[in-house]
Amino acid sequence: MKKSCLNVLKVCLLVFLLTAVTARSQNEITIEHQITMGMTPPTPVSLEGFSGEALSVLQFDLYVQGYSFVTPDAAQYIISGSNAGNVQGRVTDRFSKSSLLARSYTGASLRREAHAFADDIVLAIRHGKGIALTKIAFKDEAPNGDGEIYVADFDGRNPTNVTRDNAIVAAPAWVPGRLALYYTSYKLGNPDIFYHDLTTGQRRAIARYSGLNSSAAVSPDGTRVAMILSKGGSPNVYVCNADGSGLKKLTTTSEDSSPCWSPDGQWICFATKINARRLLAKVSAGGGEAQPVRTIGVSNPTEPDWSPDGKWIAFTSQMGEFDVCVVPAGGGSATILVRGEDPSWSPNSRTLIYARRTVSYQYVLSLLDAPTKQFKDVARVSGSDSQPAWAR
Amino acid sequence: MKITKLIFPLVLALAATLATTGCRSHKPGPITKLPGQNAPQIGESTAPTLPPGNPYDQGTGVKTGGGETANIDETGYIRGTELVAYTIHFAYDRSDIRSTEKPNLARVAQALSSDPTTKLVVEGNCDERGTEEYNRSLGERRALAAREALAKLGVDPMRIITRSFGKDKPAAPGHDESAWSQNRRDDFVLLHPKAGS
Repeated sequence: MKKSCLNVLKVCLLVFLLTAVTARSQNEITIEHQITMGMTPPTPVSLEGFSGEALSVLQFDLYVQGYSFVTPDAAQYIISGSNAGNVQGRVTDRFSKSSLLARSYTGASLRREAHAFADDIVLAIRHGKGIALTKIAFKDEAPNGDGEIYVADFDGRNPTNVTRDNAIVAAPAWVPGRLALYYTSYKLGNPDIFYHDLTTGQRRAIARYSGLNSSAAVSPDGTRVAMILSKGGSPNVYVCNADGSGLKKLTTTSEDSSPCWSPDGQWICFATKINARRLLAKVSAGGGEAQPVRTIGVSNPTEPDWSPDGKWIAFTSQMGEFDVCVVPAGGGSATILVRGEDPSWSPNSRTLIYARRTVSYQYVLSLLDAPTKQFKDVARVSGSDSQPAWAR
Repeated sequence: MKITKLIFPLVLALAATLATTGCRSHKPGPITKLPGQNAPQIGESTAPTLPPGNPYDQGTGVKTGGGETANIDETGYIRGTELVAYTIHFAYDRSDIRSTEKPNLARVAQALSSDPTTKLVVEGNCDERGTEEYNRSLGERRALAAREALAKLGVDPMRIITRSFGKDKPAAPGHDESAWSQNRRDDFVLLHPKAGS
Protein backbone atom coordinates (compact mmCIF):
# COMPACT_ATOMS: atom_id res chain seq x y z
CA MET A 1 0.00 0.00 0.00
CA LYS A 2 2.73 2.36 0.99
CA LYS A 3 4.61 1.59 -2.23
CA SER A 4 1.67 2.37 -4.53
CA CYS A 5 1.15 5.54 -2.61
CA LEU A 6 4.75 6.50 -3.26
CA ASN A 7 4.34 5.66 -6.94
CA VAL A 8 1.35 7.94 -7.21
CA LEU A 9 3.39 10.66 -5.58
CA LYS A 10 6.20 10.05 -8.05
CA VAL A 11 3.84 10.31 -11.03
CA CYS A 12 2.41 13.50 -9.62
CA LEU A 13 5.86 14.98 -9.19
CA LEU A 14 6.86 13.94 -12.69
CA VAL A 15 3.75 15.53 -14.20
CA PHE A 16 4.39 18.74 -12.31
CA LEU A 17 8.07 18.78 -13.27
CA LEU A 18 7.27 18.12 -16.91
CA THR A 19 4.71 20.90 -16.95
CA ALA A 20 7.20 23.25 -15.33
CA VAL A 21 9.99 22.33 -17.74
CA THR A 22 7.73 22.70 -20.79
CA ALA A 23 6.52 26.08 -19.59
CA ARG A 24 10.09 27.15 -18.95
CA SER A 25 11.46 26.12 -22.31
CA GLN A 26 8.54 27.85 -24.05
CA ASN A 27 9.43 31.03 -22.19
CA GLU A 28 13.04 30.72 -23.23
CA ILE A 29 12.09 30.32 -26.86
CA THR A 30 10.01 33.49 -26.65
CA ILE A 31 12.91 35.38 -25.10
CA GLU A 32 15.28 33.99 -27.72
CA HIS A 33 13.04 35.43 -30.43
CA GLN A 34 13.00 38.84 -28.81
CA ILE A 35 16.74 39.35 -28.45
CA THR A 36 17.52 38.97 -32.13
CA MET A 37 16.66 42.62 -32.72
CA GLY A 38 16.32 43.39 -36.39
CA MET A 39 16.87 39.76 -37.45
CA THR A 40 13.71 37.91 -36.43
CA PRO A 41 11.56 36.70 -39.34
CA PRO A 42 7.94 37.87 -39.19
CA THR A 43 5.22 35.45 -38.08
CA PRO A 44 3.25 34.38 -41.19
CA VAL A 45 -0.51 34.63 -40.81
CA SER A 46 -3.44 34.55 -43.19
CA LEU A 47 -6.30 37.01 -42.86
CA GLU A 48 -9.69 36.05 -44.30
CA GLY A 49 -13.22 37.34 -44.20
CA PHE A 50 -12.55 40.97 -43.26
CA SER A 51 -13.04 44.02 -45.44
CA GLY A 52 -12.81 47.80 -45.47
CA GLU A 53 -11.77 49.58 -42.29
CA ALA A 54 -11.68 46.45 -40.12
CA LEU A 55 -9.31 44.78 -42.60
CA SER A 56 -7.01 47.79 -42.86
CA VAL A 57 -6.90 48.15 -39.06
CA LEU A 58 -6.02 44.47 -38.61
CA GLN A 59 -3.39 44.60 -41.35
CA PHE A 60 -1.80 47.74 -39.89
CA ASP A 61 -1.88 46.57 -36.26
CA LEU A 62 -0.42 43.14 -37.05
CA TYR A 63 2.20 44.38 -39.54
CA VAL A 64 3.78 46.79 -37.03
CA GLN A 65 3.88 43.97 -34.47
CA GLY A 66 5.88 41.59 -36.64
CA TYR A 67 3.28 39.59 -38.60
CA SER A 68 3.38 39.03 -42.36
CA PHE A 69 0.41 38.13 -44.57
CA VAL A 70 0.45 34.95 -46.62
CA THR A 71 -2.04 32.47 -48.10
CA PRO A 72 -3.68 30.04 -45.64
CA ASP A 73 -1.54 27.10 -46.83
CA ALA A 74 1.64 29.02 -45.98
CA ALA A 75 0.40 30.52 -42.72
CA GLN A 76 1.44 29.49 -39.23
CA TYR A 77 -1.77 30.99 -37.86
CA ILE A 78 -5.06 31.32 -39.70
CA ILE A 79 -7.03 34.42 -38.75
CA SER A 80 -10.59 34.48 -40.03
CA GLY A 81 -13.83 36.20 -39.23
CA SER A 82 -16.08 38.99 -40.42
CA ASN A 83 -16.98 42.60 -39.83
CA ALA A 84 -20.66 42.39 -40.80
CA GLY A 85 -22.27 44.63 -38.18
CA ASN A 86 -19.56 43.97 -35.63
CA VAL A 87 -16.10 42.43 -35.59
CA GLN A 88 -15.84 38.74 -34.87
CA GLY A 89 -12.87 36.56 -35.45
CA ARG A 90 -10.94 33.44 -34.66
CA VAL A 91 -7.35 32.31 -34.67
CA THR A 92 -6.29 28.74 -35.48
CA ASP A 93 -2.82 27.26 -35.27
CA ARG A 94 -2.46 25.59 -38.68
CA PHE A 95 0.04 22.99 -37.44
CA SER A 96 -1.57 21.82 -34.21
CA LYS A 97 -5.08 22.59 -35.58
CA SER A 98 -5.93 24.07 -32.21
CA SER A 99 -8.28 27.01 -31.94
CA LEU A 100 -6.49 29.76 -30.03
CA LEU A 101 -9.19 32.40 -30.04
CA ALA A 102 -12.82 32.80 -31.05
CA ARG A 103 -14.55 35.98 -30.01
CA SER A 104 -16.92 38.68 -31.14
CA TYR A 105 -16.70 42.36 -30.25
CA THR A 106 -19.53 44.78 -29.64
CA GLY A 107 -20.16 48.15 -28.11
CA ALA A 108 -17.65 50.34 -29.95
CA SER A 109 -16.73 51.66 -33.39
CA LEU A 110 -15.67 49.06 -35.95
CA ARG A 111 -12.20 50.54 -35.74
CA ARG A 112 -11.95 50.05 -31.98
CA GLU A 113 -13.44 46.56 -32.19
CA ALA A 114 -10.80 45.62 -34.78
CA HIS A 115 -8.06 47.04 -32.52
CA ALA A 116 -9.41 44.96 -29.61
CA PHE A 117 -9.37 41.83 -31.82
CA ALA A 118 -5.77 42.62 -32.88
CA ASP A 119 -4.75 42.79 -29.21
CA ASP A 120 -6.42 39.41 -28.56
CA ILE A 121 -4.63 37.89 -31.57
CA VAL A 122 -1.26 39.02 -30.18
CA LEU A 123 -2.22 37.72 -26.74
CA ALA A 124 -3.32 34.34 -28.16
CA ILE A 125 -0.22 33.83 -30.32
CA ARG A 126 2.53 35.45 -28.25
CA HIS A 127 1.00 35.32 -24.77
CA GLY A 128 1.89 38.98 -24.44
CA LYS A 129 0.18 42.34 -24.52
CA GLY A 130 -0.48 44.07 -27.83
CA ILE A 131 -0.33 47.79 -28.57
CA ALA A 132 -3.56 48.35 -30.51
CA LEU A 133 -5.36 50.30 -27.77
CA THR A 134 -2.41 52.42 -26.60
CA LYS A 135 -1.88 56.17 -26.95
CA ILE A 136 0.92 58.44 -28.09
CA ALA A 137 1.76 62.12 -27.61
CA PHE A 138 3.78 64.17 -30.08
CA LYS A 139 4.36 67.68 -31.40
CA ASP A 140 2.87 68.96 -34.64
CA GLU A 141 4.86 71.86 -36.07
CA ALA A 142 3.62 74.48 -38.53
CA PRO A 143 5.94 75.91 -41.22
CA ASN A 144 6.60 79.03 -39.06
CA GLY A 145 8.08 76.88 -36.28
CA ASP A 146 5.11 77.17 -33.90
CA GLY A 147 3.48 73.93 -32.91
CA GLU A 148 1.01 72.18 -30.65
CA ILE A 149 1.16 69.08 -28.47
CA TYR A 150 -1.22 66.33 -29.58
CA VAL A 151 -2.43 63.05 -28.12
CA ALA A 152 -3.63 60.31 -30.51
CA ASP A 153 -4.19 56.57 -30.85
CA PHE A 154 -0.92 54.71 -31.42
CA ASP A 155 -1.64 54.66 -35.18
CA GLY A 156 -2.03 58.45 -35.31
CA ARG A 157 -5.83 58.31 -35.57
CA ASN A 158 -8.16 60.38 -33.39
CA PRO A 159 -5.62 63.18 -32.77
CA THR A 160 -6.64 65.64 -30.07
CA ASN A 161 -5.08 69.02 -29.30
CA VAL A 162 -3.50 69.23 -25.88
CA THR A 163 -2.30 72.81 -26.44
CA ARG A 164 -3.72 75.70 -28.50
CA ASP A 165 -0.94 78.19 -27.85
CA ASN A 166 0.57 79.10 -31.25
CA ALA A 167 3.98 78.79 -29.63
CA ILE A 168 7.04 76.64 -30.09
CA VAL A 169 6.56 73.37 -28.20
CA ALA A 170 8.83 70.40 -27.61
CA ALA A 171 9.42 67.05 -26.00
CA PRO A 172 6.11 65.77 -24.55
CA ALA A 173 6.53 63.11 -21.84
CA TRP A 174 3.79 61.00 -20.25
CA VAL A 175 3.38 60.47 -16.55
CA PRO A 176 3.36 56.64 -16.40
CA GLY A 177 -0.13 55.21 -15.98
CA ARG A 178 -1.80 58.63 -15.82
CA LEU A 179 -3.52 61.06 -18.15
CA ALA A 180 -0.91 63.75 -17.67
CA LEU A 181 2.00 65.15 -19.65
CA TYR A 182 5.08 67.26 -19.11
CA TYR A 183 6.27 69.27 -22.11
CA THR A 184 8.30 72.31 -23.13
CA SER A 185 6.48 75.43 -24.31
CA TYR A 186 7.74 78.88 -25.34
CA LYS A 187 4.27 80.30 -24.60
CA LEU A 188 5.67 82.67 -21.95
CA GLY A 189 8.68 83.60 -24.09
CA ASN A 190 11.28 81.23 -22.73
CA PRO A 191 11.46 77.46 -23.17
CA ASP A 192 9.80 76.41 -19.89
CA ILE A 193 8.60 73.00 -18.68
CA PHE A 194 4.92 72.59 -17.90
CA TYR A 195 2.92 69.89 -16.20
CA HIS A 196 -0.48 69.40 -17.84
CA ASP A 197 -3.26 67.29 -16.32
CA LEU A 198 -5.31 66.09 -19.31
CA THR A 199 -8.40 65.24 -17.26
CA THR A 200 -8.79 68.69 -15.70
CA GLY A 201 -6.89 70.83 -18.23
CA GLN A 202 -4.93 72.36 -15.37
CA ARG A 203 -1.31 73.15 -16.12
CA ARG A 204 1.52 74.52 -14.13
CA ALA A 205 5.10 75.56 -14.86
CA ILE A 206 7.52 73.32 -13.00
CA ALA A 207 10.76 74.72 -14.42
CA ARG A 208 11.11 78.36 -15.48
CA TYR A 209 14.75 79.09 -14.86
CA SER A 210 17.00 81.36 -16.89
CA GLY A 211 18.06 79.77 -20.15
CA LEU A 212 17.01 76.33 -21.31
CA ASN A 213 14.30 74.25 -19.58
CA SER A 214 13.53 71.23 -21.75
CA SER A 215 13.46 67.46 -22.32
CA ALA A 216 11.37 66.46 -19.31
CA ALA A 217 11.35 62.70 -18.53
CA VAL A 218 9.15 61.29 -15.78
CA SER A 219 10.41 58.58 -13.42
CA PRO A 220 8.59 55.21 -13.66
CA ASP A 221 6.80 55.86 -10.34
CA GLY A 222 5.80 59.36 -11.46
CA THR A 223 7.33 61.11 -8.45
CA ARG A 224 10.39 62.69 -10.10
CA VAL A 225 11.23 64.51 -13.31
CA ALA A 226 14.61 64.58 -15.06
CA MET A 227 15.29 67.43 -17.48
CA ILE A 228 17.88 69.63 -19.14
CA LEU A 229 18.49 73.06 -17.56
CA SER A 230 21.23 75.54 -18.43
CA LYS A 231 20.92 77.83 -15.41
CA GLY A 232 24.25 76.57 -14.10
CA GLY A 233 26.09 77.86 -17.18
CA SER A 234 25.85 74.78 -19.43
CA PRO A 235 23.06 72.38 -20.44
CA ASN A 236 23.07 69.66 -17.76
CA VAL A 237 20.78 66.95 -16.39
CA TYR A 238 18.77 67.97 -13.34
CA VAL A 239 16.15 66.09 -11.37
CA CYS A 240 13.27 67.47 -9.29
CA ASN A 241 10.05 66.29 -7.65
CA ALA A 242 6.88 65.98 -9.76
CA ASP A 243 5.80 69.52 -8.71
CA GLY A 244 9.18 71.11 -9.51
CA SER A 245 10.43 71.25 -5.91
CA GLY A 246 13.65 69.70 -4.63
CA LEU A 247 15.74 70.53 -7.69
CA LYS A 248 19.12 68.79 -7.88
CA LYS A 249 21.89 69.03 -10.50
CA LEU A 250 22.98 65.52 -11.53
CA THR A 251 25.75 66.00 -14.09
CA THR A 252 28.85 68.11 -14.63
CA THR A 253 29.51 66.74 -18.12
CA SER A 254 29.30 69.08 -21.10
CA GLU A 255 26.78 69.12 -23.93
CA ASP A 256 24.06 67.04 -22.22
CA SER A 257 20.67 66.38 -23.83
CA SER A 258 17.63 64.02 -23.77
CA PRO A 259 17.54 62.22 -20.38
CA CYS A 260 15.45 59.04 -19.91
CA TRP A 261 14.86 56.72 -16.92
CA SER A 262 15.66 53.07 -16.41
CA PRO A 263 12.42 51.20 -15.59
CA ASP A 264 13.64 50.49 -12.03
CA GLY A 265 14.07 54.24 -11.47
CA GLN A 266 17.73 53.80 -10.51
CA TRP A 267 19.43 55.31 -13.56
CA ILE A 268 19.10 58.22 -15.92
CA CYS A 269 20.57 57.72 -19.39
CA PHE A 270 21.37 60.79 -21.51
CA ALA A 271 23.42 61.98 -24.50
CA THR A 272 26.62 63.87 -23.72
CA LYS A 273 30.23 64.48 -24.65
CA ILE A 274 33.11 63.01 -22.66
CA ASN A 275 36.76 63.44 -23.71
CA ALA A 276 35.67 65.13 -26.95
CA ARG A 277 33.49 62.13 -27.94
CA ARG A 278 29.73 62.19 -28.23
CA LEU A 279 28.25 59.19 -26.43
CA LEU A 280 25.44 57.89 -24.26
CA ALA A 281 26.06 57.88 -20.51
CA LYS A 282 24.11 56.97 -17.42
CA VAL A 283 24.13 58.52 -13.98
CA SER A 284 22.53 57.27 -10.78
CA ALA A 285 19.22 59.09 -10.19
CA GLY A 286 20.59 59.95 -6.74
CA GLY A 287 23.72 61.51 -8.19
CA GLY A 288 27.27 60.39 -8.81
CA GLU A 289 29.75 59.89 -11.61
CA ALA A 290 28.43 59.53 -15.17
CA GLN A 291 29.33 56.20 -16.77
CA PRO A 292 29.54 55.66 -20.55
CA VAL A 293 27.01 53.32 -22.18
CA ARG A 294 28.93 51.86 -25.11
CA THR A 295 27.26 51.86 -28.53
CA ILE A 296 29.81 49.87 -30.52
CA GLY A 297 29.55 50.24 -34.29
CA VAL A 298 27.72 53.57 -34.47
CA SER A 299 28.64 57.17 -33.62
CA ASN A 300 27.08 60.41 -32.39
CA PRO A 301 24.28 58.80 -30.35
CA THR A 302 21.48 61.02 -29.03
CA GLU A 303 17.85 60.65 -27.82
CA PRO A 304 18.07 57.44 -25.73
CA ASP A 305 14.89 55.67 -24.56
CA TRP A 306 15.16 52.75 -22.10
CA SER A 307 12.75 49.86 -22.84
CA PRO A 308 10.10 49.22 -20.15
CA ASP A 309 11.41 45.64 -19.70
CA GLY A 310 14.82 47.09 -18.88
CA LYS A 311 16.74 45.17 -21.55
CA TRP A 312 17.35 47.71 -24.31
CA ILE A 313 18.14 51.32 -24.98
CA ALA A 314 16.86 52.67 -28.29
CA PHE A 315 18.54 55.84 -29.58
CA THR A 316 19.40 57.91 -32.66
CA SER A 317 22.82 57.70 -34.27
CA GLN A 318 24.10 60.28 -36.73
CA MET A 319 26.56 59.12 -39.34
CA GLY A 320 25.68 61.35 -42.26
CA GLU A 321 22.05 60.30 -41.97
CA PHE A 322 20.03 59.57 -38.83
CA ASP A 323 19.31 55.98 -37.84
CA VAL A 324 17.18 54.46 -35.09
CA CYS A 325 19.35 51.95 -33.22
CA VAL A 326 19.15 49.64 -30.21
CA VAL A 327 21.84 48.52 -27.80
CA PRO A 328 21.64 46.22 -24.75
CA ALA A 329 20.95 48.44 -21.72
CA GLY A 330 24.36 47.64 -20.26
CA GLY A 331 26.05 48.82 -23.46
CA GLY A 332 27.63 46.75 -26.24
CA SER A 333 27.15 46.25 -29.96
CA ALA A 334 24.52 48.55 -31.44
CA THR A 335 22.05 47.37 -34.08
CA ILE A 336 20.88 49.83 -36.73
CA LEU A 337 17.16 49.28 -37.30
CA VAL A 338 15.81 51.96 -39.62
CA ARG A 339 16.47 55.47 -40.97
CA GLY A 340 14.87 57.89 -38.50
CA GLU A 341 15.14 59.70 -35.16
CA ASP A 342 13.88 60.01 -31.61
CA PRO A 343 12.54 56.49 -30.87
CA SER A 344 10.06 55.79 -28.06
CA TRP A 345 9.27 52.25 -26.86
CA SER A 346 5.82 50.70 -26.76
CA PRO A 347 4.65 49.52 -23.31
CA ASN A 348 5.48 45.91 -24.31
CA SER A 349 9.09 46.78 -25.30
CA ARG A 350 8.73 45.48 -28.86
CA THR A 351 7.52 48.24 -31.21
CA LEU A 352 9.14 51.69 -31.49
CA ILE A 353 7.56 54.92 -32.67
CA TYR A 354 10.00 57.35 -34.24
CA ALA A 355 10.20 60.42 -36.49
CA ARG A 356 11.20 60.04 -40.14
CA ARG A 357 12.34 62.93 -42.35
CA THR A 358 10.49 63.23 -45.66
CA VAL A 359 11.98 64.47 -48.93
CA SER A 360 10.32 67.84 -48.22
CA TYR A 361 12.22 68.12 -44.92
CA GLN A 362 9.22 67.53 -42.72
CA TYR A 363 8.82 64.83 -40.10
CA VAL A 364 6.28 62.01 -40.16
CA LEU A 365 5.82 59.49 -37.36
CA SER A 366 6.41 55.87 -38.14
CA LEU A 367 6.07 52.59 -36.21
CA LEU A 368 8.84 50.00 -36.25
CA ASP A 369 8.63 46.40 -35.08
CA ALA A 370 12.18 46.16 -33.67
CA PRO A 371 12.70 42.37 -34.00
CA THR A 372 11.54 42.17 -37.66
CA LYS A 373 12.34 45.75 -38.79
CA GLN A 374 8.87 46.05 -40.36
CA PHE A 375 7.80 49.70 -40.34
CA LYS A 376 4.83 51.81 -41.44
CA ASP A 377 3.93 55.50 -41.17
CA VAL A 378 1.09 56.55 -38.86
CA ALA A 379 -1.64 59.02 -39.85
CA ARG A 380 -0.46 62.65 -39.97
CA VAL A 381 -2.05 65.69 -38.36
CA SER A 382 -1.18 68.53 -40.73
CA GLY A 383 2.31 69.87 -40.35
CA SER A 384 5.51 68.19 -39.34
CA ASP A 385 4.94 65.54 -36.63
CA SER A 386 7.85 64.62 -34.37
CA GLN A 387 9.07 63.87 -30.84
CA PRO A 388 6.69 60.96 -30.21
CA ALA A 389 6.17 59.65 -26.69
CA TRP A 390 4.35 56.36 -26.13
CA ALA A 391 1.99 56.27 -23.13
CA ARG A 392 3.06 53.46 -20.82
CA MET B 1 -4.45 4.87 2.61
CA LYS B 2 -5.40 8.35 3.63
CA ILE B 3 -2.68 9.84 1.46
CA THR B 4 -3.86 7.85 -1.56
CA LYS B 5 -7.40 9.16 -1.04
CA LEU B 6 -6.11 12.70 -0.96
CA ILE B 7 -3.83 12.35 -3.95
CA PHE B 8 -6.23 10.44 -6.19
CA PRO B 9 -8.63 13.32 -6.87
CA LEU B 10 -5.63 15.52 -7.56
CA VAL B 11 -4.32 13.13 -10.18
CA LEU B 12 -7.81 12.81 -11.66
CA ALA B 13 -8.12 16.56 -11.86
CA LEU B 14 -4.75 16.81 -13.52
CA ALA B 15 -5.62 14.09 -16.00
CA ALA B 16 -8.91 15.81 -16.75
CA THR B 17 -7.13 19.10 -17.37
CA LEU B 18 -4.63 17.45 -19.69
CA ALA B 19 -7.41 15.61 -21.51
CA THR B 20 -9.43 18.77 -22.13
CA THR B 21 -6.39 20.69 -23.28
CA GLY B 22 -5.48 17.78 -25.52
CA CYS B 23 -8.97 17.61 -26.98
CA ARG B 24 -9.00 21.32 -27.70
CA SER B 25 -5.75 21.13 -29.55
CA HIS B 26 -7.19 18.62 -32.01
CA LYS B 27 -10.72 19.82 -32.72
CA PRO B 28 -11.24 23.46 -33.78
CA GLY B 29 -14.23 24.70 -31.84
CA PRO B 30 -17.03 26.75 -33.39
CA ILE B 31 -16.90 30.51 -33.19
CA THR B 32 -17.96 31.53 -29.75
CA LYS B 33 -20.02 34.66 -29.66
CA LEU B 34 -19.53 36.41 -26.40
CA PRO B 35 -22.15 39.13 -26.32
CA GLY B 36 -23.19 41.18 -23.33
CA GLN B 37 -21.11 40.96 -20.22
CA ASN B 38 -18.69 38.47 -21.70
CA ALA B 39 -17.73 40.78 -24.56
CA PRO B 40 -14.53 42.75 -24.06
CA GLN B 41 -15.35 46.00 -22.30
CA ILE B 42 -13.90 48.18 -25.02
CA GLY B 43 -15.11 51.42 -23.50
CA GLU B 44 -13.36 50.60 -20.24
CA SER B 45 -9.97 50.04 -21.81
CA THR B 46 -7.05 51.02 -19.63
CA ALA B 47 -5.68 53.03 -22.53
CA PRO B 48 -6.01 56.72 -21.67
CA THR B 49 -8.70 58.65 -23.48
CA LEU B 50 -9.07 62.42 -23.46
CA PRO B 51 -12.34 63.88 -22.20
CA PRO B 52 -14.53 65.45 -24.91
CA GLY B 53 -13.59 68.96 -25.89
CA ASN B 54 -10.38 70.53 -24.85
CA PRO B 55 -10.34 71.42 -21.17
CA TYR B 56 -7.60 73.94 -21.45
CA ASP B 57 -6.89 77.06 -19.50
CA GLN B 58 -5.31 79.00 -22.42
CA GLY B 59 -2.26 79.67 -20.34
CA THR B 60 -3.95 81.77 -17.68
CA GLY B 61 -3.05 80.93 -14.14
CA VAL B 62 0.33 79.56 -15.17
CA LYS B 63 2.58 79.85 -12.21
CA THR B 64 6.06 78.83 -11.29
CA GLY B 65 6.30 75.60 -9.37
CA GLY B 66 8.47 75.01 -6.35
CA GLY B 67 12.22 75.33 -6.36
CA GLU B 68 14.34 78.32 -7.10
CA THR B 69 13.14 81.33 -9.04
CA ALA B 70 14.78 82.41 -12.26
CA ASN B 71 18.04 84.14 -11.49
CA ILE B 72 17.73 86.85 -14.12
CA ASP B 73 14.60 88.95 -13.90
CA GLU B 74 12.94 89.87 -17.19
CA THR B 75 9.77 91.30 -15.71
CA GLY B 76 9.55 95.04 -16.26
CA TYR B 77 11.30 94.79 -19.63
CA ILE B 78 9.97 94.68 -23.18
CA ARG B 79 11.54 93.38 -26.37
CA GLY B 80 13.24 96.31 -28.12
CA THR B 81 15.82 96.76 -30.84
CA GLU B 82 16.88 93.66 -32.74
CA LEU B 83 20.58 94.04 -33.45
CA VAL B 84 20.21 92.26 -36.81
CA ALA B 85 23.49 93.58 -38.19
CA TYR B 86 25.44 92.04 -35.28
CA THR B 87 24.29 88.42 -35.66
CA ILE B 88 27.18 85.98 -35.27
CA HIS B 89 27.54 82.61 -37.02
CA PHE B 90 29.00 79.24 -36.07
CA ALA B 91 30.69 76.26 -37.69
CA TYR B 92 28.72 73.01 -38.06
CA ASP B 93 28.01 71.38 -34.67
CA ARG B 94 30.27 73.90 -32.89
CA SER B 95 29.56 76.46 -30.20
CA ASP B 96 32.97 78.15 -29.98
CA ILE B 97 33.11 81.72 -31.27
CA ARG B 98 35.28 82.16 -34.35
CA SER B 99 37.65 85.14 -34.49
CA THR B 100 35.72 86.49 -37.50
CA GLU B 101 32.68 86.96 -35.25
CA LYS B 102 34.45 88.92 -32.50
CA PRO B 103 34.00 92.40 -34.05
CA ASN B 104 30.22 91.89 -33.95
CA LEU B 105 30.38 90.86 -30.29
CA ALA B 106 32.34 94.03 -29.55
CA ARG B 107 29.54 96.04 -31.23
CA VAL B 108 26.94 94.28 -29.06
CA ALA B 109 29.00 95.08 -25.95
CA GLN B 110 29.19 98.71 -27.11
CA ALA B 111 25.40 98.87 -27.55
CA LEU B 112 24.92 97.58 -24.02
CA SER B 113 27.41 99.96 -22.45
CA SER B 114 25.93 102.96 -24.27
CA ASP B 115 22.57 102.34 -22.56
CA PRO B 116 22.99 100.84 -19.08
CA THR B 117 19.17 100.58 -18.62
CA THR B 118 18.97 97.80 -21.22
CA LYS B 119 19.31 94.05 -20.96
CA LEU B 120 20.13 91.62 -23.74
CA VAL B 121 18.62 88.40 -25.03
CA VAL B 122 21.00 86.13 -26.94
CA GLU B 123 18.99 83.76 -29.15
CA GLY B 124 20.91 80.61 -30.10
CA ASN B 125 19.91 78.77 -33.30
CA CYS B 126 20.97 75.70 -35.27
CA ASP B 127 20.72 74.33 -38.77
CA GLU B 128 18.25 71.50 -39.33
CA ARG B 129 20.78 68.69 -39.38
CA GLY B 130 20.90 67.68 -35.71
CA THR B 131 18.20 65.88 -33.74
CA GLU B 132 15.67 68.20 -32.12
CA GLU B 133 16.61 68.17 -28.44
CA TYR B 134 20.32 67.91 -29.26
CA ASN B 135 19.90 71.11 -31.25
CA ARG B 136 18.01 72.76 -28.41
CA SER B 137 21.04 72.11 -26.21
CA LEU B 138 23.45 73.17 -28.97
CA GLY B 139 21.57 76.45 -29.52
CA GLU B 140 21.75 77.11 -25.79
CA ARG B 141 25.50 76.43 -25.80
CA ARG B 142 25.92 78.93 -28.65
CA ALA B 143 24.00 81.56 -26.67
CA LEU B 144 25.99 80.80 -23.51
CA ALA B 145 29.27 81.12 -25.47
CA ALA B 146 28.29 84.65 -26.54
CA ARG B 147 27.26 85.49 -22.99
CA GLU B 148 30.64 84.38 -21.70
CA ALA B 149 32.48 86.34 -24.42
CA LEU B 150 30.45 89.47 -23.67
CA ALA B 151 31.25 89.10 -19.96
CA LYS B 152 34.93 89.04 -20.88
CA LEU B 153 34.36 92.31 -22.72
CA GLY B 154 33.12 93.80 -19.46
CA VAL B 155 29.34 93.35 -19.75
CA ASP B 156 27.64 92.34 -16.48
CA PRO B 157 26.45 88.76 -17.25
CA MET B 158 23.34 89.36 -15.14
CA ARG B 159 22.17 91.66 -17.96
CA ILE B 160 22.33 88.82 -20.49
CA ILE B 161 19.55 86.25 -20.98
CA THR B 162 20.21 83.19 -23.14
CA ARG B 163 17.46 81.51 -25.16
CA SER B 164 17.72 78.54 -27.50
CA PHE B 165 15.34 77.97 -30.40
CA GLY B 166 17.13 74.84 -31.56
CA LYS B 167 16.26 74.43 -35.24
CA ASP B 168 12.73 75.85 -34.87
CA LYS B 169 13.53 79.40 -36.14
CA PRO B 170 15.72 79.18 -39.23
CA ALA B 171 16.75 82.53 -40.78
CA ALA B 172 17.01 81.02 -44.27
CA PRO B 173 14.45 78.49 -45.53
CA GLY B 174 16.69 76.36 -47.78
CA HIS B 175 18.10 72.88 -47.23
CA ASP B 176 21.69 73.37 -48.35
CA GLU B 177 24.94 74.68 -46.86
CA SER B 178 24.23 78.30 -47.90
CA ALA B 179 21.02 78.21 -45.82
CA TRP B 180 22.51 76.12 -43.02
CA SER B 181 25.48 78.49 -42.58
CA GLN B 182 23.04 81.40 -42.07
CA ASN B 183 20.96 79.38 -39.59
CA ARG B 184 23.83 78.42 -37.24
CA ARG B 185 23.72 81.74 -35.41
CA ASP B 186 23.21 83.92 -32.35
CA ASP B 187 20.72 86.78 -32.75
CA PHE B 188 20.92 89.68 -30.29
CA VAL B 189 17.83 91.55 -29.04
CA LEU B 190 17.87 94.47 -26.59
CA LEU B 191 15.33 94.59 -23.78
CA HIS B 192 14.17 98.04 -22.73
CA PRO B 193 12.58 98.95 -19.39
CA LYS B 194 8.79 99.26 -19.66
CA ALA B 195 7.61 102.87 -19.60
CA GLY B 196 6.78 103.90 -16.04
CA SER B 197 8.64 101.06 -14.39
